[in-house]
Amino acid sequence: MSTLTLAARDSSTMLRRNLLHARRYPSLTLNLLLTPIMLLLLFVYIFGDALSAGIGDGGPDRSQYIAYLVPGLLLMTVGSTVIGTAVSVANDMTEGIIARFRTMAIHRGSVLVGHVAGSVLQSVMSVILVGAVAVAIGFRSTGATTVDWLAAFGLLVLFSLALTWIAVGMGLVSPNAEAASNNAMPLILLPLLSSAFVPVDSMPGWFQPIAEYQPFTPAIETLRGLLLGSEIGHHGWLAVAWCLGLSVLGYLWSTATFNRDSK
Amino acid sequence: MTNLAIAAHGLRKSYGDKVVLDGVDLAVAEGTIFSLLGPNGAGKTTTVQILSTLISAGPTSGDIRVGGHDLATDPQAVRRTIGVTGQFSAVDGLITGEENMLLMADLYHLSPGAGRRVTADLLERFDLVDAAKKPASTYSGGMKRRLDLAMTLVGGPRIIFLDEPTTGLDPRSRHNMWQIIRDLVADGVTVFLTTQYLEEADELADRIAVLTDGRIAAEGTAEELKRLIPGGHVRLRFDDPAAYARASGALRETVRDDQALTLRIPSDGTQRELHVILGRLDAASVHADTLTVHTPDLDDVFFALTGGAAGITDKPKETVR
Repeated sequence: MSTLTLAARDSSTMLRRNLLHARRYPSLTLNLLLTPIMLLLLFVYIFGDALSAGIGDGGPDRSQYIAYLVPGLLLMTVGSTVIGTAVSVANDMTEGIIARFRTMAIHRGSVLVGHVAGSVLQSVMSVILVGAVAVAIGFRSTGATTVDWLAAFGLLVLFSLALTWIAVGMGLVSPNAEAASNNAMPLILLPLLSSAFVPVDSMPGWFQPIAEYQPFTPAIETLRGLLLGSEIGHHGWLAVAWCLGLSVLGYLWSTATFNRDSK
Repeated sequence: MTNLAIAAHGLRKSYGDKVVLDGVDLAVAEGTIFSLLGPNGAGKTTTVQILSTLISAGPTSGDIRVGGHDLATDPQAVRRTIGVTGQFSAVDGLITGEENMLLMADLYHLSPGAGRRVTADLLERFDLVDAAKKPASTYSGGMKRRLDLAMTLVGGPRIIFLDEPTTGLDPRSRHNMWQIIRDLVADGVTVFLTTQYLEEADELADRIAVLTDGRIAAEGTAEELKRLIPGGHVRLRFDDPAAYARASGALRETVRDDQALTLRIPSDGTQRELHVILGRLDAASVHADTLTVHTPDLDDVFFALTGGAAGITDKPKETVR
């Protein structure tokens, strides 16, 4: 069997294992879904009137704020889902079965690839669920073509891939699930410091560059552009660059950590 | 000697300044049970971890071959020949026993049909059929260990490493595990077993190496090791301190334990020697409340070689040495 078929076969076995875990114990995934859904409802129904006054054409219109909010929350859902990845990777590494995998003639990276593939699938499903809630409370895309939808989906997968590899690395360096959950916290806090809830223009001047160039803002602005027809500009390539950069970085970090002697 | 399943020369490993293995030589013949015996912290687990490719050997180690393959240059070939059941159970607790087995079948690249067949056979053989559909995390210690070993066997390994396979098991489960290990070797498999139980090594192993402080202190069959140590004795215990004192006066070469009112007399346990001892006691008209004969066992060897690792055995034994 060639290295590539071995890698593909073992990785898909590991993916099945992770999906089995997720199906058997859905509570972790569902709990993590609560955060973005709660925030969506909170910002739309509690803060919505006040916040919508500050954007768009002015005048309190909740539906405009829903449109503004949803792209950011969809990407925040990804951040939230991958916290679960960090936790399950950290949990997994404390299990004896990982030592067993290391003594078997399987493709070495398959353990991590299985986690990553499972996590990307979960992210996509979570985003679809949160998206459904958003549509239920009145979110509608404006003028998005099929190509726009496909591009949005591609961005979503790429963004999930990037955050997942980082989360896997965080899970690997964490001694236990609690530490992993704490270490991965920035992935759900970062959207609060982006253009997800309020435009970057409305932030203090010294903070604007940080908010503008951190990974979430370009991805959110790109998604907004694709779904709502707003200007994408430089955000498009910036988002792709961030995603590719984080994926490569997370991949190298994770595999190096995983291949170190276990003691 | 036939072909060697495991051949290691000058196995070394240190973590910083701490030397864990300091030049261990091992030669394990195919189709035998080899036991690495030693107290906690002697380096048993580290040895298994290195031989099973889990961690790398120290840079100054000599040539190490497992199943004929060089450990350093071709670890994947080694992995194809071995199976490992570690000290801490290597099962996936979140999925069922059967799913664990099927996972292994997939990773050993068996066809789906063969995977199901092997799974069914092994679950049956290891008495896990009733528990097959339950999550492995709900299994008892003995069941987990059996599942663990069953998973190791899915790939049909020729060399099996068992790191303290019965630690923490109740006596019944321990005896079950022993029988399973004997059956494995009957099939021609080589077993490398670590244990801290002398009884276990004595019971199972063809050859035993005593590991202490990262070195092999002695190696041989259980009989050979026992011959290293003269240790047979007769033990007399008294309830009455006066009788104890009289007996102590009547017998020669005794080792006294005044607290326990026990005398130990070196002896090979033959009828003639017992006769002499009993004759002396009769002559002094004392009656021992219990009389026991001890032939040297691996305990004696173990304590002599490892410098009496305190706290494992009963105290009176140590006072003798």
